[in-house]
Amino acid sequence: MSRRDEPVFHRDEFELFGAVARFDDPGALLKAAEGVRKAGYERFDAHSPFPIHGIDEAMGMRRSRLPWVVLIAGATGCVSGYLLQWYTSAIDYRLIIAGKPYNSIEAWAPVCFELTILLSAFAAVFGMLAWNGLPRLYHPLVRHESFTRVTNDSFFLSVEAADPRFDRVGTVELLMSLGGREVALVEG
Amino acid sequence: MSAKTTSVSGSPPVAEEHDFAALTEIVSGIVESKTPAWWWPAFGVAFTMLLICGAMITYLIATGVGVWGLNQPVGWAFDITNFVFWIGIGHAGTLISAVLFLFRQHWRTAINRSAEAMTLIAVMCAGMFPLIHLGRAWLFWFLIPVPNANAIWPNFRSPLFWDFAAVSTYGTVSLLFWYTGMIPDLATLRDRATTPIKQWLFGIFALGWRGSARHWRHYEMAYMILAGLATPLVLSVHSIVSMDFAMANLPGWHSTIFPPYFVAGAIFSGFAMVITLLVPARELFGLKSVITDHHLNSMCKILLTTSLIVGYAYGVEAFTSWYSGSEFERYGAANRAFGFYGWAYWLTVVCNVFIPQILWKSSYRIRPWLIFTVSIFVNIGMWFERFVIIVSSLHRDFLPSSWGVFIPTWVDMLQLLGSFGLFLTMFLLFLRFLPMIAMSEVKGISPLAHPHPHAQAHVVDERSTGGRRGESKGGRS
Repeated sequence: MSRRDEPVFHRDEFELFGAVARFDDPGALLKAAEGVRKAGYERFDAHSPFPIHGIDEAMGMRRSRLPWVVLIAGATGCVSGYLLQWYTSAIDYRLIIAGKPYNSIEAWAPVCFELTILLSAFAAVFGMLAWNGLPRLYHPLVRHESFTRVTNDSFFLSVEAADPRFDRVGTVELLMSLGGREVALVEG
Repeated sequence: MSAKTTSVSGSPPVAEEHDFAALTEIVSGIVESKTPAWWWPAFGVAFTMLLICGAMITYLIATGVGVWGLNQPVGWAFDITNFVFWIGIGHAGTLISAVLFLFRQHWRTAINRSAEAMTLIAVMCAGMFPLIHLGRAWLFWFLIPVPNANAIWPNFRSPLFWDFAAVSTYGTVSLLFWYTGMIPDLATLRDRATTPIKQWLFGIFALGWRGSARHWRHYEMAYMILAGLATPLVLSVHSIVSMDFAMANLPGWHSTIFPPYFVAGAIFSGFAMVITLLVPARELFGLKSVITDHHLNSMCKILLTTSLIVGYAYGVEAFTSWYSGSEFERYGAANRAFGFYGWAYWLTVVCNVFIPQILWKSSYRIRPWLIFTVSIFVNIGMWFERFVIIVSSLHRDFLPSSWGVFIPTWVDMLQLLGSFGLFLTMFLLFLRFLPMIAMSEVKGISPLAHPHPHAQAHVVDERSTGGRRGESKGGRS
């Protein structure tokens, strides 16, 4: 669509982040997310004060693959805990303590366990943040006048201008037809 | 209160009259409004106690551990008693946040944030004692396996090293769990902040959270994994603490029942402390509609259950000593109940086993000041339990020629008082500056949060069986 058809918007196309709509309840957001997905959009997102049951299916999202990262980190913790204790006690500086073997495998268990948990927990938290692109100091969505309500009592749907199907008029109309309020285009 | 007795089991985990905005207002309002009048005197008392804590540590380190009443044969007394007491208190926070989460106990959401904060603070209090009882506290880094000039390494076969590994891991994971759970609520406070400094501070700590569904997906997974990790962790921590004793050869310590006995005791004392803190907090902050009778009732049931487990453990301990046929074990058990510290043993039994039995009556379980009183008795009882285990076992072991008694000094007493100062100061700061209720979680279990059109019909079912977080996410195939 050429710029002549839309005199309301003065900014250049590439400065646009996308279209944003507000919804009053989780049910409406769920339906709207499904509608946007069925309309063929891929670069869109839902925003809510708490996770909504069923939104993953409605948006067509895969299950998080975080568990695999955690598994690898946990295994690393366990193995490195063993190697640390084995190397220091059985190789580097051997001491006879209470008549036990240099490589007292049973006694290594607690430290291996704790390191498994520690590295897994780091992987779970920092993996989650990395996947989400957080921490992030700024996001274009805050330009929407009521977006601060997303952490309070409102539900939002955003469709990015970078989506190939995005259309300044069509996308806004779609969001309105799905029951969105305060539909607005947000600058990037 | 008694009028509510009949409806206690049906009392909802969240009062239904609150919509999302009202809930945000109630919880954020605590942080945003003017400091309540009671807070300053409370903080003044707590902070004075904290100063005493600092003074006693300074005196101890400047002079030596001889300022405590420790001497042969009692080399561990108040220091390790306080350590085990505080680390045990921490366990209820993890139990509420992780174990009850995995069991889909939705009532936990109103109390898990403050219980987790309590855990973190209790771990700080606990960690202080092993550190300062070292004598030369500045050499604590010998516990860390780093290459050093002496070319030696820690003894990894020692339960004391396992303890260091377990407690430091526990502190770290508790911090991660607490902070991760708080990110969405910090974002709420950021979005409501009115001054630039608040916007900036909450903005930094909220990490740019914007409630994206694509983020919630990973967030919920991370939260569930953390709960899954924290559950075996919390069991390991107090099991390992118990091995500090059970691995030794001393009568009264050398016992295989110690790990489960210590874990049950830890949960028991921790729930007592949660009640001690939350009963006044919900009165003072007007949170009775969020922390409801339902929560008091549930917490009392756990208190009662763990009280029975602890009582059983006392019985088994006595029985095993007799059944072992070992004269030292038998003497140890008799000395514990009827010796120099016998009064402390019976105080423990009365506080931990007999007094909580009044919670069998359901109308008592929702009387806040009654259960507050019970919780105080349990706190006292659980402190004395650890004191009895440690001191009465040490003071008379195998050889009568090496028997002796431990009498605490004023430094011992003030150090214990001081640790409460640290605990209360930190908790009061938490109540004042951070959201004490997990807003995003409470909203998520509210009936309004159910996205389906027949939401109301499913409410009861959802509460009893449904899970909000960590529900299997099949994805679209």
